[in-house]
Amino acid sequence: MTAPTDLRYTRDHEWVRVDGDEATVGITQYAADQLGDIVFVELPDAGRDLEEAKSFGVVESVKAVSDLFAPVSGEVTAVNAALAADPELVNSDPYGAGWMLKVRIANPEQLDDLLDGDAYDELVAAG
Amino acid sequence: MTDAATKANAVHDTPLADRHVALQARMIEFSGWRMPVHYTSILDEHRAVRERVGLFDLSHMGELLVEGPEAGQALAGAVVTNPPALAVGRAHYSMICAADGGIIDDLIIYRLAEDRFMVVANAGNAQVVSDALAERLAGARAVLDDQSLATGLAAIQGPCSVDVLAPLTDVDLPALRYYAITDGTVAGIPAQVARTGYTGEDGFEVFVDTRRIGDLWDALLEAVRGADGLPVGLGARDTLRLEAGMPLYGNELDRATNPFDAGLGRVVKLDKPGDFIGRATLERVAAEGPRKRLVGLTVEGRGIARHGYPVHAGERLTGIVTSGTQSPTLGVPIGMAYVAPGDGEVDAALEVEIRDARVPARVVALPFYKRST
Repeated sequence: MTAPTDLRYTRDHEWVRVDGDEATVGITQYAADQLGDIVFVELPDAGRDLEEAKSFGVVESVKAVSDLFAPVSGEVTAVNAALAADPELVNSDPYGAGWMLKVRIANPEQLDDLLDGDAYDELVAAG
Repeated sequence: MTDAATKANAVHDTPLADRHVALQARMIEFSGWRMPVHYTSILDEHRAVRERVGLFDLSHMGELLVEGPEAGQALAGAVVTNPPALAVGRAHYSMICAADGGIIDDLIIYRLAEDRFMVVANAGNAQVVSDALAERLAGARAVLDDQSLATGLAAIQGPCSVDVLAPLTDVDLPALRYYAITDGTVAGIPAQVARTGYTGEDGFEVFVDTRRIGDLWDALLEAVRGADGLPVGLGARDTLRLEAGMPLYGNELDRATNPFDAGLGRVVKLDKPGDFIGRATLERVAAEGPRKRLVGLTVEGRGIARHGYPVHAGERLTGIVTSGTQSPTLGVPIGMAYVAPGDGEVDAALEVEIRDARVPARVVALPFYKRST
């Protein structure tokens, strides 16, 4: 499994797609596979401010509860409402329909702390 | 995202560990054993058992043989049930308690012969139960033989269990009653076949010499696959038992809980002859009523109740969630919880504290799921 090269990654298995000053955030295929069937995603409302590396939500599989950590600081501009009814989209299409939220990037320098696809693949391979 | 559940203590491998890994199971440590949590998906495995058939490796369970002319009588002094009342070839659900009534483990006790019983204990408690039985049987004409590591156990569960197992065995499966056990062969392997399980479905548990469990597993897996069934890991085992309202040691049952707290007072045979460990306390609890009450809950707001989450009745903290998940069959969040005795009536409106929110929940009758036959 190879992580898409056009995204950036946290060490906690979130991905970020940067488009101008907006970042779309989700969790990686690896993370979704490790969690198993995802049955619940708890996300903040639009308008809330996220702080880099702080928990912003929760993803639950049948078995486990995991925190989600903000890759960058910024205001939430959109939330994927489809996940309320179809949380399994995170399993079936983690980089597409399973996206979680969009953030207006407050501090672009924080993007430099994120991993590229190759580095993320190495992180996963290292277990 | 963090994955908090990794421990690296010395653990047992089941004799089927290589097969689980070859099936690409996700392995976890459970009660000192490295076990498959799921092979493909907990939801798929859960549905396979509800709709067709699933195969479980239960080789981690403890099998303790008690044999001798006073085996039944000695066991009756050690556990809360009355094993001498069992007919040969029958089994019952039981518990072993401490003197203060606290549950040391829940058990299935099979009567294999007039003077031979098999006590099946949870993996995490097998040694504690073995030690407690050894102590409690001392002086009686009964010998305890811990066969846990020498015994392999596979379970086949689901509505197609009879059809899948029948071609492989000389046991008359339709004639084998619920909670009965008999000798026979399965896939040519000498076995004891019991009609027991932990899923809420019809099914069988097959005990064999651990050296033959690989052959048994291979034959059963082929048959299960042929019926569009799946191997099933501990993840779905947990969701299946929870839907069926069955308690899990470590969640609903522990040393701080007595059988009456757990709603299992009917299991305790206070009218059996002779003393047994825990009797005095349990007689008092039976007379005075339990301190807490185990209930089923459905969460009516957003969120899933999980083990350890507080439960509130209005402004009052009333208890704690013992198990919770999204029910694969019902499609809603379900859980079991201990609450104050007065807060546990069916339909009572409670709140579960899920992270920083209070989420409405309702008390419902257990089980959440009952098969329709």
